[in-house]
Parts: sequence; C-alpha cells; structure tokens
Amino acid sequence: MGAELPTREPARTVTTIPPVPGVAKSDPILTVSSLHRRFGGLVAVDVEHLEVERNRITALIGPNGAGKTTLFNLLTGFDHPDRGEWRFDGRSLHRMPAYAVARTGLVRTFQLTKALARMTVLDNMMLAASGQRGERLRNSLFANVWRAQERVLRSRAVDLLERFGLAQMRDDYAGTLSGGQRKLLEIARALMAEPRMLLLDEPTAGVNPALVQSILQHVKSLRDEGMTILFVEHDMDVVMGISDWVVCMTEGWIIAEGVPASIVANEAVIDAYLGARRAEGTR
Amino acid sequence: MDIVGVLADAMRTAVGPIAAAYAIAGIGLNLQFGYTGLLNFGHVAFMLVGAYGTAITVDDGGPLWLGILVGMGAAILLGLLFGLPTLRLRADYLAIVTIAAAEVLRIVVRGGGESSFTHGVFGIQRFANSFFDANPIPGGDYGIGRLSFTQRGLWVLAVGWSVVALTAVLVALIARSPWGRILRAIREDEDAARSLGKNTFVVKLQSLVVGGAIASLAGTLLAIDRQDVRPDTYLPIVTFAIYTMVILGGPATRLGPILGAIVYWFILQFTDSFLREAIDAGWIPTSIISADDIAPVRFALVGLGLMLLMIFRPQGMFGRREEVLIDGR
Repeated sequence: MGAELPTREPARTVTTIPPVPGVAKSDPILTVSSLHRRFGGLVAVDVEHLEVERNRITALIGPNGAGKTTLFNLLTGFDHPDRGEWRFDGRSLHRMPAYAVARTGLVRTFQLTKALARMTVLDNMMLAASGQRGERLRNSLFANVWRAQERVLRSRAVDLLERFGLAQMRDDYAGTLSGGQRKLLEIARALMAEPRMLLLDEPTAGVNPALVQSILQHVKSLRDEGMTILFVEHDMDVVMGISDWVVCMTEGWIIAEGVPASIVANEAVIDAYLGARRAEGTR
Repeated sequence: MDIVGVLADAMRTAVGPIAAAYAIAGIGLNLQFGYTGLLNFGHVAFMLVGAYGTAITVDDGGPLWLGILVGMGAAILLGLLFGLPTLRLRADYLAIVTIAAAEVLRIVVRGGGESSFTHGVFGIQRFANSFFDANPIPGGDYGIGRLSFTQRGLWVLAVGWSVVALTAVLVALIARSPWGRILRAIREDEDAARSLGKNTFVVKLQSLVVGGAIASLAGTLLAIDRQDVRPDTYLPIVTFAIYTMVILGGPATRLGPILGAIVYWFILQFTDSFLREAIDAGWIPTSIISADDIAPVRFALVGLGLMLLMIFRPQGMFGRREEVLIDGR
C-alpha cells in the first residue's frame, strides 16, 4: 500500500496529528496502554499510551537509561511487564512468548548484533523463514518432506542477500562479517521472517558512515514498500533524516512525540536529551 | 618389551565393546552439547537408566527387547525431568541440575538393600543370556595375529558397532535438516532464534531427550557386555570422559564422537600396557612409577594429550579450524 503513497514526503500525512504524548494516530498498527515495568526500585518503563502509525518510520529517542530497549523487550516478549496491555494489529500480545510474538509479524533486531557467528550467512537467512516443515523433529529425518521448501527458501534468501549486498558472502561464516555487514544481515534476516513491523534497536550503532547511509536507504525503501518501522537511535542526524515521527522517552516516560521538526523545538526534549548532550559537549 | 602385544592390547580396547558404548554415548552428547550447546553434565544418568531399565525388566521376567525399550523410555522421561524445569532458565541451570540429579539417581539406586528391585550395591547379573544365546557366530576365535576376539566378544562388537553406525546416521540426518539448523542457532545465540519465531524451549527439550535416549543404548550395551549392572559404574567421571571424547573428536562433527572414543581408549590402554611392560623390562625404575601408579598416570597422560590438542588443534580431530577462530560475538 505504501508504494502508491506520495512517499517523498510521507511526513506530510502525519503533520495534522498534534505533537502530544499519547496522541491517537489515524491508522495505528501498534497500540500500547498503561505499560509498566519496574526493576526493584527503578521504574524502567511507564508508558501511559503510545500508538505507532502503520507504514511509517517512527524513531524512539531518549538518553541512556530512558527505557527504550526495555520497551522493545516488553513489546517483543523478551521481558514481561508488571501490568499493561499492547496490541499489534488488533491482537493482544500480552503474556505471549518471544517466539510467538515474532510469528505474529512483529520482528525485532538487537542493539548488539546477534549474527549466528558459526553458521553461514545463508544459514542465518534460512533459519529465519517461518512455517518450515523440516523444523519438526519428526519430519527432519525425511528430506523429501522439506527439500522442495528449502529450495524455495534458498532462492528467497539469496534474493534478499543480493538486495542487501551480501550475496557474495553467502557461504562465509557470519562471524567473519564486519560490524556493519552484521547489522545489514540482521535486517535482511528479520525480513526473511516476513514481518509486518520491524523493531530495530540502534541499527546504525558502531557502523562506519558509508554503511550507515546504506542501512538508512534500506530502511526507507522498506517503508516505501509498506513496512512499519520503529527504531531506537542516538544519532540525531539519522533521526531527523529518515523518521516520519519521533517519540522521546526519559526515565521510562514518553515526554514528547511529534514530527522531527516539532521534536527539536520541544522544550522538554531539549532539557532532557539534546540539552544534556550539548552541555556535555558531545557530538 | 613386547611392543606388538602392547599395540594389540590397545587396538583390542579401542575397537572393543566399551569403546563402542562410549561412542554411542558420545553421539548422544554431541547432539546435545556439540550441536545445541546444552551443558548436560549428567549424561551418565541416561546410561544408568538404560542399563537398569534393561536389567530390571529381564530380572523381573520380561524379554530383553522389552528391557531395552524400557531403558530408552526411562531415558526419555529423565530428559523431560532434566529439561522441563531448567531449559527456560539460563544455560547454567541445566548444568547444575544434571550433575546433581545424576549423582542423586546413582545414590538412590545404590541405597536399596539386596531385596530392593535394583539390589542396591550388589547390582543385577546375568540378565542378558538371551542376547548371547542368539549369537549366530560359530564358536572359536577371530582376528588377525595377536588381535583376536572370542565368538562372544565378536557378537557384542558386531551389535555394538552397528548401533554406533545407526545412531551416527540418525544424528547426521536430523542435524542437517531445518530442525538441526535451529539447534545450531540455539548454540550460537538462543535469543536470536527466539526473535525469529523459533520455539527454542521445545527444540532444546527434543535435543536433550533424543540425545538421552541414544545414551541409554550405550548403558544397555555396557550392561549386556558385562552381564552386570552396579550403581558405582555410573560415576560422574564417565560423563566427563565422554565430554573428553567428543571434544577430542571435534564437537558438532559427524565422526568426531566415534573417532574420539576410539582414540581415547587406544591412548588409555596403550599407556597402561606400555608402562606395565616398561616397568617389567626395568626401563622405568619402580622407585619412579610402580605398577600401582599406572592407573592414575595414564589418566594424567590423557589429560596432557588433551591439553596439547587444545593448544595445537582446538577444533578437535575433525572440526573446522575457521569455526574455532571465529569470535562468538
């Protein structure tokens, strides 16, 4: 559906939404309400309400310790909230184990890349495909049950690897890839699982500038093909460059959300995040 | 010095029924540890239930084939018992539970008196007569030169190494399937596999149970060969000897556990016979190593060999060197 949109400036369609924390979106794919997670005395996540618009790139920003990764963990079943409810495309994900969340089409990547080092790039890709008949132990002995499916998956994996510029490395161990190539592999691998929404945890962290541009280009073109993306990012240039909507968290709260332009002008964000960074003299 | 005799001794042990049984146990452990990365430190318990399942069933009047199945069924239950409470937790919990549970099981089996169905420390003997009655090999000795086996020994060997071949093919087939791909993904990074929609808990449980069922056959084979089960055969050191063989051969390789077992037993028996001969011949003064010291010294030599292997060939005999050199992160 995204392909028919005037995708040059998709932000225009969301500018009519007021930049208020917890504001309702016109077509939310992910809706979070009263999500609460406490680690001992520390409230890591306390999100009153958050909606993520379909077919948009939403950036999640905030200083270190703001609860961004914890929120990702909660949303994807890698951690469980003390209370709260969240729905992905109308379906409640509460109490769902991580693997089941992924099967609903909500697939995440990790801040520290999790390339399966001692498996080939191609095996990394093949693993991710869903609904594999040969993944059942009782079928595993009988190659005739899954051989044809493997062939189809292999060609789909190779196509994706071509797209991400990793096709030449298909038979190399994933552990031999550079940091940036691993990030690309992780995104390509996530796509192999045929998600409807991607949660990318710092997709450009520790990646050289040339590959950062390539990763961002891929993220944009995924959006243009209809994918919804929520990503955690620290680099404000990246955030301003590609996101349609920005959500800012501090100490577990969502303190602001809006189009990128409104976020850089937001007092609360400047105080909590940009201001603090400027004061430190970083970046 | 009878070097031919020493080599014949070593070869006889390296291809003997004990080596075959350890190879089978190693094939099971390789599935769990080599492919899946599960730290099962109670592997010997699967052998124990295999051996006792067989012995008790026959002792109570059942046929031998049923005993083997009972042993395997008990190993499957044991795998579930080990795995269900621990495999959702961090990897270390499986290691803690298995090493403790295996000892608990041995002590419980040992604890009963002679009237208990395990017969306590006395164990159970002469339960495999039907196996030896079925021996189709004509009487006499078989072999080449000094390396020979009796009719009885050859029958155990034939069956034992057939089971080795069957289980090795079985594991090779399931490990190269998409299911096997999940095993390796779990070994590399379980969270990555979960994030891609794989139910890693179930797959780990399957790996533990299948590997355990294979190891039960190793226990059964050992018990049949000796016609004797005793609790104190199943000490924790057996588990670690099997780990040594799997690492020696190369984890997550097809032939690694088999060749690992053969080489392990060859070295152990060779050093034993060699030291004995050397002491007899007066090459080594008894003031340095007496005959009583041979048993510990040979294990020290195996340890030394393993250390050298880890330094010069960390991937084992069959592993791929590149895999070892890859930084896991």
